[in-house]
Amino acid sequence: MGQQKIPAAIVGPGNIGTDLLAKLAHSPVIDVRYVVGIVESDGLARARARGIEASAEGVDWLLRQNPLPQIVFEATSAKAHAASAPRYAEAGIQAVDLTPAHLGPMVSPAVNGADHIASPNISMITCGGQATIPIVHAVSRITPVSYAEIVASIASRSAGAGTRANIDEFTHTTGQAVAEVGGATRGKAIIILNPVEPPMIMRDTVFCMIGGDADRAAITASVHEMVAAVQEYVPGYTLRAEPQFDEPTEAWGGHARVAVFLEVKGNGDYLPPFAGNLDIMTAAAARIGELMARAKLEASA
Amino acid sequence: MTRPVLRDDVRIIDTTLRDGSHAVAHRFTETQVRDTVRALDAAGVEWIEVSHGDGVGGSSFNYGFSGTDEMSLINAAREEARRAKIAVLLVPGIGTVDDLKRAHDAGAEMVRVATHCTEADVSPQHFAVARELGMETAGFLMMAHKTDPENLAKQARIMVDAGCQAPYVTDSAGALLMGDARARFEALVAEVGDEAWVGYHGHQNMSLGVANSVIAHEAGVRYIDGSLCALGAGAGNSPTEVLGAVFDRLGVATGLDAGLLLDAAEEVVRPYLSRWPKMDRNAIVQGWAGVYSSFLLHAERAAERYKVPAHAILRRCGERGYVGGQEDMIIDIAIGLAEEQTT
Repeated sequence: MGQQKIPAAIVGPGNIGTDLLAKLAHSPVIDVRYVVGIVESDGLARARARGIEASAEGVDWLLRQNPLPQIVFEATSAKAHAASAPRYAEAGIQAVDLTPAHLGPMVSPAVNGADHIASPNISMITCGGQATIPIVHAVSRITPVSYAEIVASIASRSAGAGTRANIDEFTHTTGQAVAEVGGATRGKAIIILNPVEPPMIMRDTVFCMIGGDADRAAITASVHEMVAAVQEYVPGYTLRAEPQFDEPTEAWGGHARVAVFLEVKGNGDYLPPFAGNLDIMTAAAARIGELMARAKLEASA
Repeated sequence: MTRPVLRDDVRIIDTTLRDGSHAVAHRFTETQVRDTVRALDAAGVEWIEVSHGDGVGGSSFNYGFSGTDEMSLINAAREEARRAKIAVLLVPGIGTVDDLKRAHDAGAEMVRVATHCTEADVSPQHFAVARELGMETAGFLMMAHKTDPENLAKQARIMVDAGCQAPYVTDSAGALLMGDARARFEALVAEVGDEAWVGYHGHQNMSLGVANSVIAHEAGVRYIDGSLCALGAGAGNSPTEVLGAVFDRLGVATGLDAGLLLDAAEEVVRPYLSRWPKMDRNAIVQGWAGVYSSFLLHAERAAERYKVPAHAILRRCGERGYVGGQEDMIIDIAIGLAEEQTT
């Protein structure tokens, strides 16, 4: 009560921005002062209804405010973020990037959340990356993973026009992050859109190539521990079954395989629960933002 | 952008070396590819599709790793073909424009971009790159039984506007009965007019691939897919050699030599078949329940691993509405069925 909070802004008042606003409304360390778009929209109206200053005059307006935000969450497009990022940096504002622009280090809160909180710009990777990279890391911290592959299935209704027009960006960025952040030597990502009604809840499968003699009990324990860590910010993140181990085969270059089956049910803050793919992005971004804010508060204390 | 001028009344595209990849667990050898291309080329086949069954970039845990790198196979096919040209499949979300560029470098001159029948708006970036590369284009609207003719035509329009020269009614589950197929053919032909051709890709799960191909031609469809010995997912595709014989009897010009196609099927493909695609219980269930044909071998493997019936897995795939690419869900279902058995 009465504790100091760090002023922040959300740029991009669409579905993601609105859901993020709902999540940050209860934050003990972040105060969302501003919501910014480039046209008048329902999202701006919703922000004003919460008593937040909202403007359709874009980043120009935001950078004229006093006080300036210390953290900006950007949920626009890769192109828009690439244009704004240098201006935030110049103004000394840290950016949490929910677009696929990938300008700053890629972060998954449960894996490397604390490593980059001083970085001027942090990339939240992709929804499929947020859902699967913790599991790749859970395996790779026990045993070498020569190759990891993730399959993300999402409801058609949760895939916006931007995702659809740039599906290759998802594949590239996620595959790269599976290796760089997850700790696999090589990574591959696959995304499937499913239009079934009622909409399917986001599903993710993680396949890791491992040695035939890897410690399976240790891997299973590590996966359970990681699921619990992700559940701290995404309560609907669950295992569908115990990790499945398959024996080495020639088709896998003599390697064994562990497969982990996940379901990601959203919190339903603003977006519907089936859209776990969007929820895990906003939840992860909120988590990282709070880590940044705490660091700032401690530094000033 | 215009549709290409056709050599014959109907353009038969052979997909033995792409859809057939599913039936051989993606383990075609370079020798098999060369022999098959030589035989198809001699029989007058104009376009031969070569790639991993799930398209370029499909080599993976989820779909099966390629035994031989598909770019080597595409390159071998290109070297072997005298008149025929090489096509590849690309499924956005699995393959990328980088894979497409590699395939083009290896000798592919057509790409068929495949999406679920309601998700055509993930294809425009791939069509755009294909046109920049100067490739011919076609578009697969997969699992075409899953949406009505009117909406299928709207999805075809999205592809055509993006640069697709031939949207396809792609019956991935072999589920379209003849009337349903005709309604979809007519809707697409009416929608695209003379801007593009319309294609049909059939599976034999309920034995209707060839019959639907005849109806397709009557309805104005001009690209029709086949595979030698039906080699393809599920109960396989409309056999190219049967299409050659049937269209010959109908007096529809395909430019194919029916006798040489029969030789190709019998003497080149049959000897290397590890299994002849057939209408067994599992495959028929796929047509009946509307399940993506490529799930067949994956369901059989999961059935063996988890000691549950493959046809039960496949029926549940149909109930849950899984689409092409969700092979991982087969394992998930098998685990669930095994748990139900023990409780």
